[in-house]
Amino acid sequence: MNASTQSERQALACTVVELDVNNHAGVMSHVVGLFSRRAYNVEGIVVLPQGDGATSRIWLQVNEDARLEQMIKQVEKLEDVLAVRRHGNQHPVFERLEEFTRA
Amino acid sequence: MTTQPKTITLTGAQLAVRLLERQGVRIVSGIPGGAILPFYDALSQSQAIRHVLARHEQGAGFIAQGMTRATGVPAVCLASSGPGATNLLTAIADAKLDSIPIVAITGQVPQSMIGTDAFQEVDTYGLTIPITKHNFMVSSAHELLEVIPRAFRLALSGRPGPVLVDIPKDVQVQSIELPADESAWPAPGVADPLPEVPAEPLAIAAEMINGAQRPLLYLGGGVVHSGASLLATALAEKASLPTVMTLMALGAMPVDHPLSLSMLGMHAARCTNLALEECDLLIAVGARFDDRATGKLSQFCPQAKIIHVDIDPSELDKLKAAHVGLHGDVGQVLKGLLPLVKPVIREEWLGRVAQLKRDFPLVMPKVEDSRSHYGLVKAVADALDDSAAIATDVGQHQMWVAQAYPLRRPRQWLTSGGLGTMGFGVPAALGAALAEPERTVVCFTGDGSLLMNIQEFATLAEEEANVKVVLMNNASLGLVYQQQTLFYGERTFASKYKGIPDFMALAKAFGLDAVDLDEAADDAGARAMLGEALNRRGPCLIHVSIDVAEKVFPMVPPGAANKEMIG
Ligand SMILES: Cc1ncc(C[n+]2csc(CCOP(=O)(O)OP(=O)(O)O)c2C)c(N)n1
Ligand SMILES: [Mg+2]
Repeated sequence: MNASTQSERQALACTVVELDVNNHAGVMSHVVGLFSRRAYNVEGIVVLPQGDGATSRIWLQVNEDARLEQMIKQVEKLEDVLAVRRHGNQHPVFERLEEFTRA
Repeated sequence: MTTQPKTITLTGAQLAVRLLERQGVRIVSGIPGGAILPFYDALSQSQAIRHVLARHEQGAGFIAQGMTRATGVPAVCLASSGPGATNLLTAIADAKLDSIPIVAITGQVPQSMIGTDAFQEVDTYGLTIPITKHNFMVSSAHELLEVIPRAFRLALSGRPGPVLVDIPKDVQVQSIELPADESAWPAPGVADPLPEVPAEPLAIAAEMINGAQRPLLYLGGGVVHSGASLLATALAEKASLPTVMTLMALGAMPVDHPLSLSMLGMHAARCTNLALEECDLLIAVGARFDDRATGKLSQFCPQAKIIHVDIDPSELDKLKAAHVGLHGDVGQVLKGLLPLVKPVIREEWLGRVAQLKRDFPLVMPKVEDSRSHYGLVKAVADALDDSAAIATDVGQHQMWVAQAYPLRRPRQWLTSGGLGTMGFGVPAALGAALAEPERTVVCFTGDGSLLMNIQEFATLAEEEANVKVVLMNNASLGLVYQQQTLFYGERTFASKYKGIPDFMALAKAFGLDAVDLDEAADDAGARAMLGEALNRRGPCLIHVSIDVAEKVFPMVPPGAANKEMIG
């Protein structure tokens, strides 16, 4: 794991999903629970509050697999999820973050 | 002098009760405990809401489900924190899998103690995330004003489902000032407007139906939830569509309608699964391609194109890719389709289906004997009319009823489909009887299932509910015994009871009437006893011994294709 760099991992067809959510104590559980209960690993996750803090933005880095379409539909159904956007495998949030995780 | 805006002071608990009243809730079921006592104290002052004291919180959850399944109106169950909440979980999960809009309200330890392993503290919010449609942890009395109406709105909107509201004790006792004029409060929660039906796929779907040679209509529970039974039947009649139903949809079209092929899947009549093999177009309406219905999915309807209609967009293409996916309310879509489909009489296809029905009907051994498995189901139906509601527990008895009972109206049928929860029957039947006291409610149960919520006999007796519990007693976990017999080399294990309670005495001890059809001299005597018990008002146990060797047939072995039926 520590031998593989961010870009190497992205070669395994990662995708970044960006969510706008209501910012409260339970929302992260709701989102990641959808993945964990399907044994679908979330490789990377970043959350930051937006504006006055009523909403947050979550970036999820996940492996592209056959279940992703269904996952996104499930995420879209969550009451606290306001918007879902899909990016390709490259996203600056994770690229810049990588320097913090370099040993 | 300006008049001051009038305000009233309410506690969170009083506000919550008031909001339930405004929501139209008239019966709630639950069990009190420390963390929900302020709410119960407020509830005791309500003139509008009657509380039904369950004997186990799972019972309360299924009572709420029974009320909701019978009427479509969201019902409420209550539990205290900790064990009260954990006892509710099974009933909530059951509601999730069958899309039943109940609202569960639980007490929680005061916010200052959350996270301290306080007495009877459990993470109810965390535990219920995966089994609710949505859940709330309320952090101030003011929030209730929004949360309670929203809970009902969410339960009812789109694909229905259970919603849980966890209210810490300090929130229940917190006093707040509110406008005395309640019209200034958020309005009670109602279902969101239905989504627009997209015109283009609708036209394509209609064209596919018009062009098909061997189309089949596949109805699921969504048809019942949407109140679209008549529309579904109208579409079937106009376009000559033989119709199969899932366990959840039984009665959406009368199962003895000429176009009905009744239940599909694991315990379908052979003709039903064989018709699915031959169809060239499958019109799935409010159904989710559940494995019990489809068998091995890759071999389900091998020749068919698929039109899939569902209110939940995540159901479209979830398991089976549809040629046309229609996201929308089933009723709206059917309404849109009706004028677009051509009236046809598909002589050849209907002739073929009629032939299949003649050649491969459901075989019901011993059906003339009112004390046999199928015979009992038919005898009960013979003694009642279509106004009766029919609940079941889970097991062989459930499948025999699903196969044999002439279900003819939506919401007549209350059964635990997705979760298959033993113990569902008695409290769900009680809920149905509370919601619609004019009906006779029958609960077909097994000796295994009955013991899982037998304590609700006390509630049945207390409420004098018109529930007839028909116990098919094979002294076994019959469906398990059947599977072990068929698929585990007859190594029956842990499926036969050695100790068998005296169910007649048990019923009487709880204050129920009880009749034992085993004691009737002959079939005519048994039928007379049965008819009298069913038609005498009040709760009653009707006991019948059933041979454990009887099987639910045909049966598609788990994992096999639907055409591989045995028995
Ligand atoms: C709560 C629960 N536990 C276990 C099961 C597995 N199970 C399915 S059917 C069945 C046997 C049911 O026995 P009974 O109620 O007597 O019905 P029968 O099959 O004998 O008619 C069991 C154990 C279940 N469905 N639900
Ligand atoms: Mg049994």
